[in-house]
Amino acid sequence: MESVEQKRNIISTLWNDKEKRAVIIQIFSIAGLFALVWFMIGNAISNLDALGKGFSFDFLFQPASYDINQHLISYTSRDTHLRATIIGIMNTAMIAVAGIILATVVGFTLGVLRLSKNFLINRIVYIYIEYIRNVPVLLHILLVHGVVVHSLPNPKAAMTFNDSFFLTKRGFFMPSPDFESAMTVVWIALAIGIAFTFWFRRYAKRVQDETGKIFPVFLISFGAVVIFPVLVYFLAGSPITWEIPVLKGFNFKGGMVVRPEFLALWLALSLYTAAFIAEIVRAGIIAVSHGQTEAAYALGLRPGRTTQLIVIPQALRVIVPPLTSQYLNLTKNSSLAIAIGYMDIVATIGGISLNQTGREMECMIIVLALYLIFSLSISSVMNWYNKRIKLVER
Amino acid sequence: MSDSREYAVGTHPDLPPPLSTSGAIGWIRGNLLSSPTNIILTVLSIYFLYKVVPPSLNWLFFDATFNGDSRQDCREASNGAGACWAFVKHRFHLFVYGFYPVEQRWRVDISFILLPLALWPVLFDKVPYRKHLLKFSIAFPFIAGWLLIGGFGLTPVSTDYFGGFMLTLVIGVTGIVFSLPIGVALALGRQSNMPVLRVICVTFIEFIRGVPLITLLFVASTMLNYFLPPGTQFNLLLRVLIMVTLFSAAYIAEVVRGGLQAIPKGQYEAADSMGLKYWQSMQKIILPQALKISIPGIVNTFIGLYKDTTLVIIIGLLDPLGIGRASLADTKWTGLTTEIYVFVAIFFFLSCFSMARYSLYLENKLHTGHKR
Repeated sequence: MESVEQKRNIISTLWNDKEKRAVIIQIFSIAGLFALVWFMIGNAISNLDALGKGFSFDFLFQPASYDINQHLISYTSRDTHLRATIIGIMNTAMIAVAGIILATVVGFTLGVLRLSKNFLINRIVYIYIEYIRNVPVLLHILLVHGVVVHSLPNPKAAMTFNDSFFLTKRGFFMPSPDFESAMTVVWIALAIGIAFTFWFRRYAKRVQDETGKIFPVFLISFGAVVIFPVLVYFLAGSPITWEIPVLKGFNFKGGMVVRPEFLALWLALSLYTAAFIAEIVRAGIIAVSHGQTEAAYALGLRPGRTTQLIVIPQALRVIVPPLTSQYLNLTKNSSLAIAIGYMDIVATIGGISLNQTGREMECMIIVLALYLIFSLSISSVMNWYNKRIKLVER
Repeated sequence: MSDSREYAVGTHPDLPPPLSTSGAIGWIRGNLLSSPTNIILTVLSIYFLYKVVPPSLNWLFFDATFNGDSRQDCREASNGAGACWAFVKHRFHLFVYGFYPVEQRWRVDISFILLPLALWPVLFDKVPYRKHLLKFSIAFPFIAGWLLIGGFGLTPVSTDYFGGFMLTLVIGVTGIVFSLPIGVALALGRQSNMPVLRVICVTFIEFIRGVPLITLLFVASTMLNYFLPPGTQFNLLLRVLIMVTLFSAAYIAEVVRGGLQAIPKGQYEAADSMGLKYWQSMQKIILPQALKISIPGIVNTFIGLYKDTTLVIIIGLLDPLGIGRASLADTKWTGLTTEIYVFVAIFFFLSCFSMARYSLYLENKLHTGHKR
């Protein structure tokens, strides 16, 4: 009788002591988690055994035997699944980088226009943003793809600019550059220009801090990075020859080509994300209190300098964290490429390779891991940038 | 203005403001023509509107065909200049019900009618008998589930027949209903003092947020069966529902965590000093305030979830987009992709825009007290 009482006492002391209870709960949750994982792995092993599949990544080194129409490095259907995966990774990275750039540019423009005092432009941008934000991104991708494919002309009736750029149903054909050996000089000039700019900016800042003298930093940097290499390029005798695409049979040959799938996905994703970025930018600019601008004017700064030195740095602090998640969203949304047949990670290793080899488990693990790596690297870069602009605060 | 009368000092009646600064002219001057940049923007916008609005309206309404039995009829009626809404009209039932058996469709209709009734007390405060209606709201997902799936006296209907807007609503509503509590639990776990729980929750949240929904849906459709006891047949729709719920729960957890972090420390300490236990202090002090702050974010997550329901077509479920694309296989209607996309886009725009408006309304309503 008494032992039961004692036992109950032990349990209730354990349970009523906050720290001990925490330990108990944690032990149980670890145990529960391990049991679940054990159960799932056990099931997976027996299920795979029943199908006679096993678990190995050997299939990565077997020939993929399917074609990928857009590849940055050479690829034929006799290459391995591993190489197909790498092509997929490169395609995803390409759409992510291109999309992030266009989305940022369009988003910032729209965000500023949304704050315009001009009633018409303000309303147009508002309607555009609301339309984009309230319609699923998959629908945008399909719609833009439909428009791109249906409204563009056949190669024979291609829209052309200067007889070297051709816009057709089959893609956007451009001349591809062919570098001659003299081009090295131009690259060196560009490197010198960039290095000079870095040095000059620090020098200008130091001089300004010490003496208050202001250099036209932007103009000089522009000259060093753009005008100087261009001059060298012409002095070296224009060492780039352009290979111009030519219509042969039913399609263009030669030059570079941007596939319609890429074009559609790129436009749809960037325009979609741009609408979200526009709202973020607008909120960021509004968040800088008007007192800051007035204080800058009171100190005698001109409007341009005020924007550059007072408004933008403070707005960026508000803008960057949500901007990061928009960049991540864009990268993750690029996986919808599969709906229009753009060969990204999901379509290569998670799609055709998976169906051909029947190795669902391995393929999906690779896909998930790749996306995690993408997401984590983007967010670490943006966190680094965020910390850097945060340091300004005292 | 030759007013010859003389006034004593200070008795002159107020003059109206100059014409150029008030009324329509003043408005146009101030808003459209105030500076050279502004004038350029105005001219560009008018040109843009002129280029875009009339053709779109023509395509959508004036040149569109609303009646007909095939695409040929549309072509003959409008020379192919306008949209062929006859197609949408012809297939409207398919868009709404998917392949749900015709004689059982009344069950879907009843669910559609009950849905606003269940939402009403949740969305608004001043509802008569709100307390009783809220009980109904909680019961609604189960009632609707019973009505749609059947059993217990109703003819069972396989979920393979679910489709169209009904499928969108099923996934959306289930995801919303179940992801909120799971999300709150995850957020509490992430903020907990127990390191193990924290690590588990953080790993789960970051994993889900790090991968696209589409890969999770692929996992659901290809890989999930491996992890279940051999021979288990697991309904595809249920798998999708679980994945969608977990996905949005992770995002809600982050939104709620923001709310939890915004509560001043004094509130936690005050609750502790009153002798409240963990769950009591959460339930009575912390969560009401934290959830109130995070409502706009939560609604945004719900809008995202609702839009993401379209992704299910990639693993073969037939939501409105899927239905539309499937009906294009009919040779009578081939090639009408734009009409389908625009129609589905309008549906999503209406539902998501009203959700966004509701979130704005809530923000304004909740901004009563301590606005800092």
